[in-house]
Amino acid sequence: MPVINLKINGQEVTRKVESRRLLVQLLRDELQLTGTHVGCDTSQCGCCTVHLDGAPVKSCTVLAVMADGCSVTTIEGVSAPAASGELVLHPVQEAFRSCHALQCGFCTPGMVMRAIDICKQHPNADEATIRHELDGNLCRCTGYLNIVQAIKVAAQVTPETGAALESQGN
Amino acid sequence: MYDFEYRRPITLTAAEESFSKEFEPRWLGGGHTLIPSLKQRLLAPGTLIDVRFIPELQGIACDQGYVRVGAASRHAEVAASGQVAEFIPALAQLVRGIGDAQVRNMGTLGGSLANADPAADYPAAVLACKAVLHTQYRQIAADDFFKGMFETALQPGEILTRVDFQIPSRAGYIKFPNPASGYVMVGAFVACFEAEVRVAINGAGPCVFRWQEAEQALVSEFSIDRLEGLTLPVANLNADLHASADYRAALAPVLLRRAVEQAMSRG
Repeated sequence: MPVINLKINGQEVTRKVESRRLLVQLLRDELQLTGTHVGCDTSQCGCCTVHLDGAPVKSCTVLAVMADGCSVTTIEGVSAPAASGELVLHPVQEAFRSCHALQCGFCTPGMVMRAIDICKQHPNADEATIRHELDGNLCRCTGYLNIVQAIKVAAQVTPETGAALESQGN
Repeated sequence: MYDFEYRRPITLTAAEESFSKEFEPRWLGGGHTLIPSLKQRLLAPGTLIDVRFIPELQGIACDQGYVRVGAASRHAEVAASGQVAEFIPALAQLVRGIGDAQVRNMGTLGGSLANADPAADYPAAVLACKAVLHTQYRQIAADDFFKGMFETALQPGEILTRVDFQIPSRAGYIKFPNPASGYVMVGAFVACFEAEVRVAINGAGPCVFRWQEAEQALVSEFSIDRLEGLTLPVANLNADLHASADYRAALAPVLLRRAVEQAMSRG
């Protein structure tokens, strides 16, 4: 059974895994990082989206062994602890909160992971771009309206001005 | 899925050695066709040999009238390449439309071509741009590569290393995608070269093919007027729950007209 070494949310992790183990199974079952969800298991819905070496991928369609030597970021890894011990939300998370971009929340981690990349690649993205870039993420609750709005808002600010999102969000 | 061994060779020689000695080996690229197939137990290979880290399969370069793309190049890399965008913008646009962003971060050129899904995008560009496909043993012309549904000229153990796309003077690609999956229901890639026009139709038949009647119509004058009244024969076109053969035949000339207009707009 292969032994793999990878960095997950900044921490070095070494595990013995079967070759057939999916990355999403490693994250959820082995490491209890259950923020990443299995929605369709057929590479369509995007609920399993994580960052592999910075790029959003569908972790239900990546073998854990394929991520050997790589760095993985999950939804648990995008917020930052503040000095006070509280968590500081990533500006995209803050935008999702203030724009009410989730209902049941099942697709939300995948949406946020994808959205972080959209904001990086397409600063000041317009609605058409955002909707096209979200092709790989499905939502059954919201009708996407507020998700798109949240990303529009988040794409306009840098992480440094994240606090300004509170007043812009609605 | 059934379990298997995983190998990650870092040289082409090591990859070939692995293939020759491992039990029931299969090449693994981005895995976005292979892994879903394994999850459904449609395949049960003994060994997956990950080719993504082999140096000979990397890189995008442009010289002597060709854009040369390493077979392990991910769709995201090709879509973002300034060289591809400059020299064959229709190819860059085609690759941007494959699957979705997450899929494009893993899927590879070599994986797409070796699989030869009739509903894949890349084969249309390869056929229309007179591509030369390099393996560890030989070069294969695009016209000789696609044999049938999921069937190519590749021999067992043969691995695509690089694909050289000839740079057309202008080109266009339009597909009619399945609205859920984005896969090609019918697509048309038109490319102009000095003495010829190439028209590749994907999604419509068991594999990508050249529409020779359309090519002849366009070579005398590259304009949509030349396509007036042109029809694609229905025989041997795909019929499935997404579209009947009649519908695919009807779509092809419409999409070709739009691809020609797109090519013309690129000057």
